[in-house]
Amino acid sequence: MVGIHSWGLYVPFWRLDLGCVRKGLKGERAVANFDEDSLTMGVAAGINCLKGIDRGSVDGLFFASTTFPYKEKQASVLAATALDLPTNNFLTADFGNSLRSGTTALLAAFNAVAAGTAKQILVIASDMRIPMSGSDLEQEIGDGAAAFLISSADSGVMIRDSYSIADEILDIWRTDEDKFVRSWEERFNLDQGYFRVLPKAVSGLMQKNNITGKDLSKAVFYGPNKRRHAEMGKRLGLTPEQVEPSLFGLIGDTGAASTLMMLASALEKAEPGDRILTASYGNGSDSLLIEVEGDIDQRPQSSMQAYVTSKGVLQDYVRYLHWRGLIDRVTGRRRPPIPSPSASCIWRETDQNIRFYAARCRKCDTIQYPPNRICFNCHTKDEMDAHRLSDKEAELNTFTEDYATPNPDPPLALGVVDFDGGGRTSLYITDKGDKKLAIGMRVEMTFRKLFTTEGIHNYTWKCEPLRFSEEK
Amino acid sequence: MESIKDRVAIIGMGCTKFGEHWEKSFHDLVIDSCYQAFEDAGIGPNDVQAAWIGTNNGYHRGTGLMPLHLANIPITRIENACATGTDAIRNAAYAVAAGVYDIVLVSGVEKTKDYGFSGLPVSPPSYPEMAMSQTRPAVPMPSQFALMANRYFHHYGIDPKQGKISLAKISVKNHHNGTLNPLAHMRKEITVEQVLKAPMIAKPLGLLDCCGVSDGAAAAILTRPEIAERYRDDYILIKGLGVACGDEYAQTNPDYNWTYWKENIVAADRAYKEAGITNPREQIDVAEVHDCFTINELLSYEDLGFSPRGKASDDVDSGFFELDGGLPVNPDGGLKSFGHPIGASGIRMIYEIYLQLRGEAGPRQVSDAKTGLIHNIGGWPGAFTSAVGIFGRREA
Repeated sequence: MVGIHSWGLYVPFWRLDLGCVRKGLKGERAVANFDEDSLTMGVAAGINCLKGIDRGSVDGLFFASTTFPYKEKQASVLAATALDLPTNNFLTADFGNSLRSGTTALLAAFNAVAAGTAKQILVIASDMRIPMSGSDLEQEIGDGAAAFLISSADSGVMIRDSYSIADEILDIWRTDEDKFVRSWEERFNLDQGYFRVLPKAVSGLMQKNNITGKDLSKAVFYGPNKRRHAEMGKRLGLTPEQVEPSLFGLIGDTGAASTLMMLASALEKAEPGDRILTASYGNGSDSLLIEVEGDIDQRPQSSMQAYVTSKGVLQDYVRYLHWRGLIDRVTGRRRPPIPSPSASCIWRETDQNIRFYAARCRKCDTIQYPPNRICFNCHTKDEMDAHRLSDKEAELNTFTEDYATPNPDPPLALGVVDFDGGGRTSLYITDKGDKKLAIGMRVEMTFRKLFTTEGIHNYTWKCEPLRFSEEK
Repeated sequence: MESIKDRVAIIGMGCTKFGEHWEKSFHDLVIDSCYQAFEDAGIGPNDVQAAWIGTNNGYHRGTGLMPLHLANIPITRIENACATGTDAIRNAAYAVAAGVYDIVLVSGVEKTKDYGFSGLPVSPPSYPEMAMSQTRPAVPMPSQFALMANRYFHHYGIDPKQGKISLAKISVKNHHNGTLNPLAHMRKEITVEQVLKAPMIAKPLGLLDCCGVSDGAAAAILTRPEIAERYRDDYILIKGLGVACGDEYAQTNPDYNWTYWKENIVAADRAYKEAGITNPREQIDVAEVHDCFTINELLSYEDLGFSPRGKASDDVDSGFFELDGGLPVNPDGGLKSFGHPIGASGIRMIYEIYLQLRGEAGPRQVSDAKTGLIHNIGGWPGAFTSAVGIFGRREA
């Protein structure tokens, strides 16, 4: 039977204190750092989902988002490369243009695996929508990602059935040139959109499976805000205990990732025999019936609760606006613009920069990054094996914080790290928050955007202090 | 391998004032410094048989010297990071020693103040190995040396606050020396407190731990000693030259402990062997040590054998490297006072040694200086070019 083999979350380290957005507002929302986007967050969720799983066993990646870094250029391929997944006989697709795309990608993966097209497909949903400054959405939208491994291998979580509705409406939208989310009058959006369509998909699914609300252990469904999410629970005839809580006030509406992040959270608490309804919304609705058959042996190491509590709170609205490119700000001393990276260099250095491969000398085992052709230790030529560094922890050997070099968010923290298992290189340090850098500090690798120039997003691996060091 | 000792003489030198020469072009600086050197040597442009120009970001091929209208002689441009000027001297010296040319010109020049920003470019064409593809994160220069400082303090158990004071004293010393030099860019006394309170650039290095950015040029006329005698009695002699380039050992190799630069050690060893120096602390009378950042001068004291390992700050504290100390370092004010027009810096250092050995250094004269050393290092651990030159009086 096809099911959910494992899952993983990613919530950015930073929370924007809504009080600094507008006086009187309460709560927070998760905001991606300046070096993050939907792709990097998706990779982070993918890493969490694939912990302990042979990456060579994955034979597809579906990526859902409404904020892909490129309009023309597949995010799923870049994510698969950063996750060091195979390339041959490997299925990729991007699912976009609707907040429903996350569940649609999950269904598509389910169908592909059920049909035997693939054995294990990683589904990533990640979003980083930008609300217009001053809009109501600014309180609601958050950034985050979830990943699910849909597998034909034995897994305790089964996707039993689904029911989808396609519904043509202009309630929430962006044209291909819009930076910000547009929306029609809220009354129309709710009455003729959300409250009309999502229940229709849910009842369709329940009728099809001869079940009622009472048969559900948990219901996970999208909500545009906290109040309407709660109202939907009542309209569906569910008790508050049956409703998986929304993420408003803590993380926010994470767009295409929203429903799946809540599903991940629900699965963390699920027991054998549980029946979980999952319903998304966006130009229709996907409704899924998920059943927990046996023990869940692949619960993620980093729970929703861990992500909610691991944070740095941003109380500087101007800094946030600068992160999103909504205002220009001096970023260090005057410098000419960074020249565009060469596409042929990016291509040639894919293994080194995106897969984060070091070279390991076959003769003397020395691990070296950037990879050398000639071993710096024993001088053997062209006898190197690839050695993945992205999943290794490391120790800070030395560090500095540079206040003068141009950087979107000075000071630029950087260090030299020694990897567990061998290898040393210099890396930028991100998401440091209030932590004080120190020699010997433990760090982990995180896929980030170095800079964007002339239409080229230049991705790189950085390191960050262990996000959940207290768990170690 | 043969030694270069006593086979090449410097018979004339020139050096512009270093600073913000808004009114002067690259070529103006070339003309000013080269004509000073011609006059000092008592030769004319037509006597020059070959020329080398050291410049990091300046004109390509021989065009940097074009306005001198040299008579179609071969001109070679040298680029070797902060050791550019010194390496130009080295290449020219070997050609002279080989007897291929009798009289050659070496020019070092950089016009940095037209870039429109402070600091040096960390982009093509200066550091292509790091940035040509622009795909990987660049580590800015102040950070490179800050990484070093933090680990050096950690290695020797030096309290970072105390370490920063030692670094500050180096800056104060060099600024003081610069006040005595009319060619220096910055000519202002500073205090340790000012250095400690200066804006942070890259922890622990503050603004006054970093050298400035200046325009400047220096030039030298080289020949063989038997020819030199026709021009002057007080020429100086090259005693030893060592250049070493990184083999990528440091920032990728966990065995490296950040307390030394192998490039420095190898370059110094070569130069000392050529010059017959076995105890540099005693045998070197005056030195110009690359102080782009204060930590650089501190570490180089140890690499060059001036101070025991881990003990350089003791010598700083005791004033050993001050003008009246046991081994005055950077008597002209160093990069701290001159700034760092890259191609010019090495030859500017040689110019100071040239003055010191001939007793022409005025208020900053080191008494009875017979043997002088210059040192440059540029790049980052594992990718440095280090250059060490030893010069001596004719009779030394």
